[in-house]
Amino acid sequence: MDNRAPYELGKTRRIGVSCLALSSAPAHADGVESQPSPPAIEAARPYGRRIVLSVVGLGAVGFAIGGPLQGAIDALLSPVRRVDPTGLSSLVPGEGGWRYYSVTAQQPDLTTADYRLSIDGLVDQPLTLTWDDIADLPQTSWTRDFQCVTGWRVDDAAWQGVELRALLEAAGVQSAARAVTFYSHDGAYTESLTIEQVEQDEVMVATHLDGAVISRDHGGPVRLLVVPMYGYKSLKWLSRIELVDTVNPGYWEERGYDVDAYVGSSNGRNDDPVT
Amino acid sequence: MTSTPMSDRPTVATTTPSPDRRFSSAEVVVHAAFAVLIGIGIVTAAIMWIDPLAIAVGRRELVRTVHVTAGVLAPLPLALGLLSARFRSDVARLERWTDSDVDWLRSKDRRSGRIPVSRFNAGQKLNAALTIGAIIVLLGTGTVMGGWLWSWPTAARTDATWVHDWTAFALTAAVIGHVVFALRYGRGDSSPSAVAVAVERLE
Repeated sequence: MDNRAPYELGKTRRIGVSCLALSSAPAHADGVESQPSPPAIEAARPYGRRIVLSVVGLGAVGFAIGGPLQGAIDALLSPVRRVDPTGLSSLVPGEGGWRYYSVTAQQPDLTTADYRLSIDGLVDQPLTLTWDDIADLPQTSWTRDFQCVTGWRVDDAAWQGVELRALLEAAGVQSAARAVTFYSHDGAYTESLTIEQVEQDEVMVATHLDGAVISRDHGGPVRLLVVPMYGYKSLKWLSRIELVDTVNPGYWEERGYDVDAYVGSSNGRNDDPVT
Repeated sequence: MTSTPMSDRPTVATTTPSPDRRFSSAEVVVHAAFAVLIGIGIVTAAIMWIDPLAIAVGRRELVRTVHVTAGVLAPLPLALGLLSARFRSDVARLERWTDSDVDWLRSKDRRSGRIPVSRFNAGQKLNAALTIGAIIVLLGTGTVMGGWLWSWPTAARTDATWVHDWTAFALTAAVIGHVVFALRYGRGDSSPSAVAVAVERLE
C-alpha cells in the first residue's frame, strides 16, 4: 500500500501528509516528502484545463465570427421555423419570428372600447381619439418586414392603420414643434421621431396586423409602426403623442441604442433595409 | 515508476473523509451556493428567453438585474472554496485525466467496473471542465452584452448575445444531465471498483 504513489494528487496529498507530520508523526512523513514529485502524476494529464480553454476558445471564435456563423445557421433553421407548428424551433438562438421584450410588470390590457389616444403639446387643437375615431380616418395598408435590433426579422407583416402625418395634420402642428414624443400606456416606455422623419418616412398608427386587431402581446390594440427603423422605435400600447421642440431619447436609447435607428445603417448592424 | 498502479486509493488517514461523507462540509456549502446561483441564472434566463414566460412575468429590467447579479456572484463560492484544502484537492482530481479515464469514457460498459475509476469518473471530470468553461464564456459575453467595461457597438453585443444564448443552452443541458446522473447513481459511484475503494476506506 505505502509504496503506491498517488497518481493524481501528489502535491495535495503531500500537503496532507505534512499536516499529519506536524501534528503527530514527523518520521512517517519524511519518506514521502523527500520525493521531489510523485512519478505517477506524469501519467495523468491536465485535460481539465484544456477542455476549459477549448470551450473559452470556441466562445471567442463564435464572438469573432458570430455574424456570418449566425447567418449560416439561421439560413439552415428558417425553413424549419416557418413550418414548425410547435414553436419549439423558436427557442433555438438566432433569428426567427416575433419575440417579446416587456419592460413592465404587466402589459396594458385594453379593449378597443376603452382605448383612447391623445395628441397634445405644440398643436393647435389637442385631440383625444377613440378606437372608432381612428377607424373613421383614411386607412393605409403596408406589407413590410419587421426587423429587430437583436437580429430577428419577420418577413411580410401586413399592417393597417392611419398614417401619423394625417393624424398630426388633424391636430395642427405648430411651427415651434421639432419632434414627436410617443408614450406607452405603461408609462415606462417612450419613443421619439423628428418632424422630418414623420413627414418623409413611412410611419403609421397601426390598428391591425395580418388582418386582425393587433393583439395585446403585439402592443395592441393600437401601436406605432416606424417602417424603416429597428423595432424598438415602433412603440407598443401607444397612448399619447406629444409635439415637442426637441428630441427626447426613448427608453432603449437611454440604454445605448441609436436615436436615428434606420435598419441597416445604425446600431452597427448591416441588415437589409426595410422600405 | 513502472509499478505505479492506476488507482487513487486513499492511503493517508487525514486526507480521507469518513466513509459516509464523500464531500467535506466546505464542499457541500460551495456546491449548494453555486447550484443556487446557477439555478437562479437558468430560471431568469428562461423568463427572458421563452416568450410565454416573458409575457407572463414582464419586468424585464428586474429579471435582468437578478440574472446579472447571480451570474457575477457565481464564481464567488468557487473562489472561496479554494480556501479549503479538500476543495482544492478535489479540483485537482477533477482536472487530471489518466489513460484509463479516456478509455472509460469511450467504453460502452462504463458502469460494469471493468475499467476502474478513481474518486471522480471521466464523465464527472468532463462535466466539471465544461461547466467552468461555459461559466467563463457566459461571464465574458455577458460583460459585452451589458457594455460595462467597454462601449461595444450593437453588432458586437448581438454576436455576444448569440454566443451567450448557445452557451447557456449547452450549460443548461449539462446541468440537467448532472442532475439526472446524480438522481440515477446517487451521491457516489456505485460501480464495483468504487465500492471496493469504499470498502477499503472502511477497513
